[in-house]
Amino acid sequence: MPKRTDIKRILIVGSGPIVIGQAAEFDYSGTQGAKALAEEGYEVILVNSNPATIMTDPGYASKTYIEPLTKEFIAKIIEKERPDSILPTLGGQTALNLTLELHENGVLQKYGLKILGANIDAIKKAEDREYFKKSMEKIGVPVLQGGFAVNMDEAYEVQKSIGFPVIIRPSFTLGGTGGGIAYNIEEFAEFASNGINASPINEILIEKSVIGFKEVELEVMTDKNRNTIIICSIENFDPMGIHTGDSITVAPVQTLNDKDLQKLRDYSIKIMNEIGIETGGSNIQFALDPDSDKVYVIEMNPRVSRSSSLASKATGFAIAKIAAKLAVGYTLDEITNDITKKTLACFEPSIDYVVTKIPRFTFEKFPQTDNTLTTHMKSVGEVMAIGRTFAGSIQKAARSLENGNYGIESLYGLDLSYEGTYNKQDTLMIKEEIRSLIKNNDYRRLFLIADALRINLTVDEINELSKIDKWFLNQIKLIIELEKKLFSITDLEGNIPLLREAKEFDFSNWVIAKLTARYKDGKHITPEDYSKKDESAIALIKEVERLTADICKKNNILRVYKKVDTCAAEFEAATPYMYSSYDKFNEVKPLENKKIVILGSGPNRIGQGIEFDYCCVHCALALKESGYSSIMVNCNPETVSTDYDTSSRLYFEPLTSEDVMSIENIEANPPIILQFGGQTPLKLAKEFDSSGIKILGTSFKDIDTAEDREKFKRVIEKLNLLQPNSSMAFNDEEVYKNSTRIGFPVLLRPSYVLGGRAMEIIYNENNLRQYIKKIFKQDISFPILIDKFLEDAIEVDVDALSDSKSVYIAGIMEHIEEAGVHSGDSACSLPAFSLDRDIIERIKEITVTICLEFNVKGLINIQYAVKNNDIYVIEVNPRASRTVPFVSKATGIPVAKLATKILLGEELDSFKLGKSFNIDYYCVKEAVFPFSKFSNVDPMLGPEMRSTGEVMGIDVNFGMAYAKSQIAAGQNLPLSGAVLISVKDEDKKYLSGICKPLIDMGFHILATKGTSEYLSELNIENQKINKVKEGRPHIIDALKNKEISMIFNTPRGMKSLEDSYIIRRSAIEFSLPYYTTIRGAAAACMAIRALKEHNVSVRALQDYYKGI
Amino acid sequence: MDNLSKEKALLLLDNGKYYEGYYEGKAIESGGEIVFNTAMNGYQELITDPSYNGQIVLMTYPMIGNYGITGTDFESEKVWLSGLVTRNYVRMFSHFGASKSLSEFVNAYGFPVISGIDTRHLAIELREEGSINAYIAPKESGITYIKSKLTGLPKMEGLNLAKNVSTAEVYEKRVKSPEFNVTIIDYGVKYNTVRCLNDLNACVTVVPYNFSKQEILKTEPDGILLSNGPGDPKTMKEEIETLKSLLGEKPVFGICLGHQLLALSLGFNTYKLKFGHHGINHPVKNLKTSKIEITSQNHGFCVNLSDTGGRISRNTELTHISLNDNTVEGIKNDELKAFSVQYHPESSPGPRDSRYLFSEFKELCLNNKKRIFKI
Repeated sequence: MPKRTDIKRILIVGSGPIVIGQAAEFDYSGTQGAKALAEEGYEVILVNSNPATIMTDPGYASKTYIEPLTKEFIAKIIEKERPDSILPTLGGQTALNLTLELHENGVLQKYGLKILGANIDAIKKAEDREYFKKSMEKIGVPVLQGGFAVNMDEAYEVQKSIGFPVIIRPSFTLGGTGGGIAYNIEEFAEFASNGINASPINEILIEKSVIGFKEVELEVMTDKNRNTIIICSIENFDPMGIHTGDSITVAPVQTLNDKDLQKLRDYSIKIMNEIGIETGGSNIQFALDPDSDKVYVIEMNPRVSRSSSLASKATGFAIAKIAAKLAVGYTLDEITNDITKKTLACFEPSIDYVVTKIPRFTFEKFPQTDNTLTTHMKSVGEVMAIGRTFAGSIQKAARSLENGNYGIESLYGLDLSYEGTYNKQDTLMIKEEIRSLIKNNDYRRLFLIADALRINLTVDEINELSKIDKWFLNQIKLIIELEKKLFSITDLEGNIPLLREAKEFDFSNWVIAKLTARYKDGKHITPEDYSKKDESAIALIKEVERLTADICKKNNILRVYKKVDTCAAEFEAATPYMYSSYDKFNEVKPLENKKIVILGSGPNRIGQGIEFDYCCVHCALALKESGYSSIMVNCNPETVSTDYDTSSRLYFEPLTSEDVMSIENIEANPPIILQFGGQTPLKLAKEFDSSGIKILGTSFKDIDTAEDREKFKRVIEKLNLLQPNSSMAFNDEEVYKNSTRIGFPVLLRPSYVLGGRAMEIIYNENNLRQYIKKIFKQDISFPILIDKFLEDAIEVDVDALSDSKSVYIAGIMEHIEEAGVHSGDSACSLPAFSLDRDIIERIKEITVTICLEFNVKGLINIQYAVKNNDIYVIEVNPRASRTVPFVSKATGIPVAKLATKILLGEELDSFKLGKSFNIDYYCVKEAVFPFSKFSNVDPMLGPEMRSTGEVMGIDVNFGMAYAKSQIAAGQNLPLSGAVLISVKDEDKKYLSGICKPLIDMGFHILATKGTSEYLSELNIENQKINKVKEGRPHIIDALKNKEISMIFNTPRGMKSLEDSYIIRRSAIEFSLPYYTTIRGAAAACMAIRALKEHNVSVRALQDYYKGI
Repeated sequence: MDNLSKEKALLLLDNGKYYEGYYEGKAIESGGEIVFNTAMNGYQELITDPSYNGQIVLMTYPMIGNYGITGTDFESEKVWLSGLVTRNYVRMFSHFGASKSLSEFVNAYGFPVISGIDTRHLAIELREEGSINAYIAPKESGITYIKSKLTGLPKMEGLNLAKNVSTAEVYEKRVKSPEFNVTIIDYGVKYNTVRCLNDLNACVTVVPYNFSKQEILKTEPDGILLSNGPGDPKTMKEEIETLKSLLGEKPVFGICLGHQLLALSLGFNTYKLKFGHHGINHPVKNLKTSKIEITSQNHGFCVNLSDTGGRISRNTELTHISLNDNTVEGIKNDELKAFSVQYHPESSPGPRDSRYLFSEFKELCLNNKKRIFKI
């Protein structure tokens, strides 16, 4: 049957900023969908507030809107563009919820939009848990005992009927927000009330908990003829009780037999029919009793999900693309399987490898929060690895995480203490600690389980503690047994069969070296030397690592590469998508034409996210345009870069030097591009450089100069540029001495870290002593960098493009927040909104000077601070930065692509860009934070980056652009009401500029004591409000009574921070807009003014660019 | 147990290539036609499927043995295949229903399980080369010995194997409230075929493959089911003659080998596929409804509807085709009340999308019964 001809213009709704629970996977699905629909000749109207996405590249749609994802904004877009249909199933829960809202407020009906891929009734049946439960009972699919509640009275009643433990799930939320497992009435009260609040319809489901049951997901697709196929089955290593997004998952299922699996398949098909999913992909989750054949359906997502992205990458089956085609009327037997090109999409993929996904957590950035895993998702990214064995696949995944481990290395140094390094007492203590951490679902459980096995806990006991199936535990045990054997040998060359087996288990050379390295006296490296990165120990391991590689080579123990083909070798694969294993035969021939390797950025994490994937994708596209083959290496399943048709060839592999060097070898050492994948590839620059692999772009020497503090300092001095006073400390004494010499405030941070880990501004001696204590407690490694902190300075980010002869200023971004807030966490405006023209011109000049000095080829990012008309150079990153996608979207210039062309030898001048960008509208980037997911975390902005994603607001008026960015980030700016203001002394001078306009606009001011007194002196009308310690009624009372509509709070110093913590945290709990910097507050006022004085309008990127 | 302490096995192919692996369990030697199966689980059903008689099965999924052997998931009373080839064999199985390990079970019937084979590479070779004979023996027995054993193996084409696997005695599987009677001619029937019929309230009588028309009709069937089974259908001349004489007497439903025999008895030809269809993910299109079924398949021979050898067949329609290679998957002859499918509607292992065929068979039987009453 042909595609639908009754529709022409399709609106695709994206998923917005990257947040926990909704990440890059929806860029992948949206991009595939938009591409597929455009291919079919439909006009695509696309909306997403996230500029760091590929889907919002103007080429993927006829009209691309970067506007807030709220029903009001989408209604405006619909009114303007008049699409005839909407495809809501590719944009996660956000798009689905928006579609429901637009239906409920009648917008879809008013403009006659057809809903593709799903219908309102089906969405409701799947999403409304009560409706879902009834549907399941109707078709005889077992669901868990329990009931619904819309208030606490009802909640208690349901709980009473089923006892403890119970699981609480709010309806219509993503990532399990607000849910939890309650073991007692106190926890129940907390979770139930949180859940009722978190649910947009204030409804929760309370169910008998099935903690410890196996958790299995099926990815299902259906077409309009009701042909239903299972794309992939996924088994969670972590059982029920831990959110799937936080679980290690494995595809296909390992521990179910055919009967078990067919039962799930039958249920899934029944569920699809009953819910009435018209077309497309869905994800269905089941809980299975490990001791019987009892199965319960837990939930279904009637849309493309995080799991479908994983399933898609795991099998090669292009779920999102096919979902889009099914949505416009095709049937599965009318669509070709892109991987084989010979067979059809209508089949169930069979795979001949094991896929393991491990989530990436960032608890180190939120030390105050509880780091155990629950039903509430907390991970910020994930890695996926493919292997021929489960052991190989999980070892590859473990070293893909980039958390400093090259395998499932020990947290306690137990892998180096088989000789009995620890005494009995210590061993007992460690054992006890491991037991308790495993039992409490600590987020490092894979590593803890390995340690438990190292310290001789039995599989049965670990199963008892963790409820993880013994199958998985036994497989990990095999790894540990092999590790022990490696530890016991005295020479590798005499143990080739063992070495071969270890490599077949995918042990990295590093880990083999660490286990087998011995000092001259025959002793192993000690756990302590290893954890402290003792120089001689590390040098020894490096030497043995090289030796291991040599012995492997000599004995023909080599990685071979196999293809992902969707069909387990039954048909020839046309699309090259590879993984390595130590199997016997290599299936992959090197590409023949001109080719270049691109290194991706690995798992998403705070500090390195989708922005870098965007750059890598652009690099691949540019290589294609220039006639080169691109070879992508990455291990992140959520991304567009790991889609099967982004590059000429994809290696789904860890980004360690060993893994990448193997690929280089098999492909005959092609040149490599490192500058788009963030710090991950850049860290490897030295290795490639010394192995004689050509690095395209800025040379290793120049990269090193920019990254090395001392060398960098000398260059800046040579150029007669300013930089904040700085120093380096190699021990605690030096930290103290040098900090006081430079003078407070100082900024302290460890060297070579991304996203400002353990970075802090120190205002006085007291703070300094606390920081020094922390260095030891948190295992922060020396050297520590010390910089003079430029208080009140304005920060500026510049992205530039250079061929080492000319320079193009791609974007100058003025930070909204003053210096001291990590650049990844601060909002910024392009072009600058407050700096003088003269300053801007000087920044441009300095940028050109630096580019030429560093012989920059490709992209560079420079951070400046402007204080009292002086321009300081803070940092130079000779690579694509986090802001590249934002700059590209703002200016319409695809800078990552152009940078790639420069790397290939094209001249910058040939692009005819002029000297600098030039736009006549404002683009504001705002960061999005995970504070609501992490209890007890202070949302105060600081030098340590904590945002997970970003949004962009665009408008001709700065205030409006900022307003849009705030709305898109979920800050619901009020148009009236009371503003609570509590600022530090240094900020008081700005108060009249903020408060007067607020009062003019009809707000009234609540102020804490000091602020209130200051305002009163200025005759600014305000009402004093008590801090919590000052007696009642106080701030919290006012918040609870909903008497406050916005909060400005800028504390300074530990005590003030502690005192005012509750104010900021309440802002999160009560979902109130809040600002913790004075410049942020001032911008918010401008935004509110714009909202009050102007009509909000929407405009497509393509229309903005016309004006350039 | 690590690989270092396992006995080495050699898998020799008829094209001279060999693969080295390890014995899992006993070092047993064995030979047969080697085929690859792409099912990711369901090995227990597979090894007890009589259709695999005379074949070595290579599992393309690399972790095999994960859930052990349960007490219930058998498709016949014993292991029929000649050997099982895996990439990684999992000794430490885990499943609440499991009672023993896979290799223990297979070994008990005198067949080997080997691991450590680059199964993907071998599967690609079989895909390109076609299914060929192979022999598994301990490495230490020497290549000359293994070669001699391999040359002694018969070719699958021209092999009559149903007689090896069929029941020798008639037996019955009755139900409480029977609605109709089905007689299964056992060329290698699977338990689940009987279960599927019982579930529809059919009383089932299973008879040996070489029963005559009279013997079959004496069981008073309302319908006859031609079962699946191993071997080359064209060798079964007498059985085809029996079928020819039965056609039109009673409704007939053929599965796999039964389908090929029905086609042959209707005057069509069969041929050997290059590497056959062995897996549980095969898309088949029902031409009447346009619906797609994901099917369980296991066959090396196939029906050719355009080759009638000059004879004219009577009104036989093509009802199902494979979406992978457009081969014949189902036929029907309304006049003779006969239909058949190349795949396995009883699945086990595999999806249950095609169970409706049993219901259609029941309907056909009941309608025919009614008509007889009327007459």
